[in-house]
Amino acid sequence: MDVRNTWDQWPDANGRFGEFGGRYVAETLMPLILELEAEYRRAKEDPAFKAEMDDLWTHYVGRPSPLYFAERLTEHFGGAKIYFKRDELNHTGAHKINNCLGQVLLARRMGKTRIIAETGAGQHGVATATICARFGLECVVFMGETDVERQKPNVFRMRLLGAKIVPVSSGTGTLKDAMNEALRDWVTNVDDTFYCIGTVAGPHPYPELVRDFQSIIGKEAREQILEREGRLPDVLMACIGGGSNAIGLFHPFLEDESVRMIGVEAAGHGIETGEHAAALNGGRPGILHGNRTYLLQTDDGQILDAHSISAGLDYPGIGPEHAFLRDSGRAQYLSTTDEEALAAFQLCTQLEGIIPALEPSHAIARVGEVAQELGKDGLIILNMCGRGDKDVFSVAKLLGVEM
Amino acid sequence: MPTERITAAFDRAKADKRAVLVAYLMAGDPDLETSFQSLCALRDNGADIIELGAPFTDPMADGPAIQRAGLRALANHTKLTDVLALVARFRETDQTTPLIIMGYANPVHSMGYAKFAEAAHVAGVDGTIIVDLPPEEDAELRGEYAKYGLSVIRLATPTTHEARMKKVAEGASGFLYFVSVTGVTGAGSADPAAIAGNIEMAKRVSGLPVCVGFGVKTGAQAAEMAKVADGVVVGSAFVEHAEAAHESGDLARAPQGMGALAGELSKAIAGVAKP
Repeated sequence: MDVRNTWDQWPDANGRFGEFGGRYVAETLMPLILELEAEYRRAKEDPAFKAEMDDLWTHYVGRPSPLYFAERLTEHFGGAKIYFKRDELNHTGAHKINNCLGQVLLARRMGKTRIIAETGAGQHGVATATICARFGLECVVFMGETDVERQKPNVFRMRLLGAKIVPVSSGTGTLKDAMNEALRDWVTNVDDTFYCIGTVAGPHPYPELVRDFQSIIGKEAREQILEREGRLPDVLMACIGGGSNAIGLFHPFLEDESVRMIGVEAAGHGIETGEHAAALNGGRPGILHGNRTYLLQTDDGQILDAHSISAGLDYPGIGPEHAFLRDSGRAQYLSTTDEEALAAFQLCTQLEGIIPALEPSHAIARVGEVAQELGKDGLIILNMCGRGDKDVFSVAKLLGVEM
Repeated sequence: MPTERITAAFDRAKADKRAVLVAYLMAGDPDLETSFQSLCALRDNGADIIELGAPFTDPMADGPAIQRAGLRALANHTKLTDVLALVARFRETDQTTPLIIMGYANPVHSMGYAKFAEAAHVAGVDGTIIVDLPPEEDAELRGEYAKYGLSVIRLATPTTHEARMKKVAEGASGFLYFVSVTGVTGAGSADPAAIAGNIEMAKRVSGLPVCVGFGVKTGAQAAEMAKVADGVVVGSAFVEHAEAAHESGDLARAPQGMGALAGELSKAIAGVAKP
């Protein structure tokens, strides 16, 4: 594959990362996404946009997030030094708010007054509802019926923040159906509504703009590790659902050839069982939700339901830039089963006093092997993209503890 | 040959000084035999062009009625190859009624554009409407269609301004499908007066016949739309008969109900004299 000289040139003018990405939407939405792209180009050049963003990042979100040396986890594995990029310390407890803030500021520039979003675990929904509350905007969150039941605390949180929750029962009532329903709402309410997509997927320009907003993670991490260690890391690791936290960490390092990148997908009950969410390791290219990417699908091109212990990774696709990074060999993608993630969740909590979300627990489950392979001179940055408060009830249940 | 069948259908209607009736049904809903009977009933009762839905798990431009139709067809394991086989069966006895496959990109992409185009041609398909393949993304498929003269039928909407319409018209053939409302299939209908200007613009820019759909359910609505457009598309209202048939267990109700509705709609449309 021709990757030319720089990773920064992607996506191209057609919204493509190599053969992935694009704008596969109904015609009703085409003028809207073209307008969004034009507005995003203007915003990027506008110092006032950046200044407003920086100010809120610092004083509202709490950036920069620390880069923390996980000393006991490092000792435990006896290999490379492991650092956590602590995006779980952000306001609302995950990296999601980095993106929501950017998109809602864009929506305001465009004069949109109603924000819609899809959510799985509820983290993106909470982050969107939070920013909407901050700016006094109407917020409607689409959530699969089964997730509404599984994620009651986040549903309540969103309601407290003034958002309207629409439980989605169409299809199979999961995250992908919530996204379908959000798209249906958007084609219906084209004049006043802005669709705030939660990950680096969807039609162009979403994968690009979500990546750009999340790249604050990698930009900070790059400066922080140079200051702490005087050199670049050997490996970056992050969990992958749609892949926004991973791309946020990876992207600012793409030109640094010595830096390896490892994304970790959710293998659910095991890829061989068919019950997983590992689109790259267990899927093939297809077209869904506005972009061409790796998807879990049948031989006949019907989309399969994903499965993961972590609702945040429970999606049958993956951001198109990850599909591109994988096929070009720039990044590598491993996977972690539910059981391994649960063990890593407990290990991190006990050794570091940090309760990770189940999502980054998937990355933690693979970090030991990588650390040992690199040896003591190695350096790893792992993105701690969310905290585990939201997961304590489901983990208790899985461990057979009555609460 | 295929595009000619579509053109001929518009020519016949023109000779009768009327608009065409385009009827939609979901293939395999509730089963393929019923779909075949329904196709014949639609044709026999005045449907000029028939759109055959290819089911997809994630129909993000469809409202509840067509979503459920797709799920029923999928529950019945209807594959894209079955949809093509249904077309081939219909073509054994009908060489004139244009058949359009309407659906989403992934099943077609999964089969492969080249393979699909050839199979569609062999089966006797005249064109396709792939909802999530806007002009920016259909060049590859169009290249394959060109080998067989298959039509790429595009959608235009109230959000399609004139500059955009030029893009939509580029490479389109057969007719243009004007979606009358911003919304999903089966939702509220548009005021024909409000979209008459858009339709005029669509005709002028594309040079193609323009059919209007989304939200048209009754003869009265169809007649209103026939005043401003070259054709009227009705979908959800037909699909509801398949649902009723499925729920009652009496599958013959699908072709009967669809035939009766097609009769009512075609009569209403014929009542509007076109210049």
